[in-house]
Amino acid sequence: MAAKGKITINQGLCKACELCLTVCPDEAIRLSEGLNEKGYHPAETAKDSCKGCALCAVMCPEAAIEVCRG
Amino acid sequence: MKIVYTRPKCLKPVPNHYCPGCGHSIIHRLICELVDEMNMRGRIICIPPAGCAVLAYNYFDFDVCESAHGRGCAIATGFKRAQPDRIIFTYQGDGDMAAIGTAETLHAANRGEKITSIFVNNAVYGMTGGQMAPTTMIGQKTTTSPYGRRTEVEGYPLKITELIATLPGAAYVVRTSLANPAKIRETKKAIKKAFEVQMAGAGYSLVEVLSPCPTNWKVSPREAFAYLEEKMEKEYPIGVMKDYTAKKDK
Amino acid sequence: MKGTDALGEAAIRAGCRCYFGYPITPQNEVPEYMSRRMQEVGGVFLQGESEIASINMVLGAAASGMRAMTSSSSPGISLKQEGLSFLAALELPAVIVNINRGGPGLGNIAPSQGDYYQATRGGGHGDYRMPVYAPAYVQELYDITMKSFDVADLYRTPVMILGDGMMGQIVEPIYLHERPDVEIPPKDYILDGAENRPSRIIKSLILDPVEMEEHNWKLKRKYDLMAHELPEWEEFMTNDAKLTIIAYGTAARIAKGAVKRARSEGLKVGLLRPITLWPFPEEAIRNLAKKTKLFLVFEMSTGQMIDDVRLAVEGKVPCEFYGRPGGVVPIPQEIARIIERYWLQKEL
Repeated sequence: MAAKGKITINQGLCKACELCLTVCPDEAIRLSEGLNEKGYHPAETAKDSCKGCALCAVMCPEAAIEVCRG
Repeated sequence: MKIVYTRPKCLKPVPNHYCPGCGHSIIHRLICELVDEMNMRGRIICIPPAGCAVLAYNYFDFDVCESAHGRGCAIATGFKRAQPDRIIFTYQGDGDMAAIGTAETLHAANRGEKITSIFVNNAVYGMTGGQMAPTTMIGQKTTTSPYGRRTEVEGYPLKITELIATLPGAAYVVRTSLANPAKIRETKKAIKKAFEVQMAGAGYSLVEVLSPCPTNWKVSPREAFAYLEEKMEKEYPIGVMKDYTAKKDK
Repeated sequence: MKGTDALGEAAIRAGCRCYFGYPITPQNEVPEYMSRRMQEVGGVFLQGESEIASINMVLGAAASGMRAMTSSSSPGISLKQEGLSFLAALELPAVIVNINRGGPGLGNIAPSQGDYYQATRGGGHGDYRMPVYAPAYVQELYDITMKSFDVADLYRTPVMILGDGMMGQIVEPIYLHERPDVEIPPKDYILDGAENRPSRIIKSLILDPVEMEEHNWKLKRKYDLMAHELPEWEEFMTNDAKLTIIAYGTAARIAKGAVKRARSEGLKVGLLRPITLWPFPEEAIRNLAKKTKLFLVFEMSTGQMIDDVRLAVEGKVPCEFYGRPGGVVPIPQEIARIIERYWLQKEL
């Protein structure tokens, strides 16, 4: 069975650059409908497909993503 | 579940001023990860540039000394000569490193100063609003090269990293890119090695990082990262240009 | 001992352990001396690739908590102005020596006082002041060099020593005393790695105008304090002087000779010699303005310090000027003739 992962996005830091979406192999991230304090549509978890590869966190310019795996 | 990736401790828990998709903030994070992992906070001093990264002290939770535009390597020399057991690094943009600070950079490298330079090349002046940089590519439009950079008028993109690789004082010279997660990991490895080279007292170490500036390239962050890989890496090939440890192995 | 060597030795004995500089005539004996002595005392001597690099190396060493200095001559000092502005803004201590030569431009390498404005008006950008000392004797050069490092540390400021080729080359017997005891507060601003303490920042960028204004006023309070505490001057036969010469540095040495000549002929002439050019000893000049009938300002320039004299005198006494720019060094007889001319002309 593939590893199970979970990401936690600090939406307050997110600037909606979409780089995490671009690199996610599991389509686990999308932009939310709502706005954050800065006026961006921050990234959020899209579905339960995350395997904890952490590519999104490696890419994230805001260091806004924490990744768990297990 | 265990945490496999989290914000480094040395990166202050505050939002940064960089534009969406800016490479500076990625490089800041990598440096902070290394400061944490290599336990360097108590002996590292950063000299950021004049430019977008002038505000790096708002994010780095370790000692930081401002510099006048281009003077980073001279100030770093003063620090290192005064405190040889500390880890001193400059963080410089293309204008800082390769235009106004060319002399300071080249001579520090040539003296073999035991310092590290992180050179962020995004081929444009970011802070001042997108003017031409020494590293602006041929044909690239900027606010001061509105017809695209013409070699007969503005000359050629300056490859200061290649230049520095020819100097005996330079111990480790490498160019990396932020174009994708694998390359970002390579960048971190290169910066780590640059610090190790400094700690070994081998000489000057330089990591040039090709970095996107979506705002002044006037493209989306996604397009900027694609441009980085497709265009910038063609003009500025990534890879190790000099490595004193490789020589020793032979 | 030669002026330049006295300067170097005083710096070493003041605890200066970092020297950075770039060769330029007529001050090359300073870096040459330092290159020998720093090795002996385990300090740092480094010939920078330019004056700009050198002053920034000084900045890095000062931010490391070391006593650091650089030296140069006029065109080189022009290049250092960026660094001086930053040192002032960042409140970092450093000593900068200017062995003034003829100018503008390349000029020549002869003694000149053409850099007075640049030195006292803050030749770099921004709203700052910097103490400027103008010694006239080798012993004084030695003493002032030693003191400059304390002043720099006490007020956290760059300090300039302004001399000329004459001051540097002249040989006089001096007493090489050790540094007097001056208590320097702990340097809690330096960057040496954030081991077991919060991280520190040394910066001058203050984007918020209100905060910047606060910083400017904070600096101003420090400058006011210096203006109150630092002025130094020498008075020579001023008590009954009807004509008082005001001159500094080499010009003051010449003027002193002229005063002696004039006195031997019965003319009541005196000399006030500013030792600090900033802060300017205006109080002393104001006091003399109550007694003397005429001020004669003598400079080896076309007239720069005379502005400060006039500001101090506030029109209460006439101020005349005699200058020899370009590196011409007049002999005392020449100044004595000028004194006589004014003595007769003004019916003193």
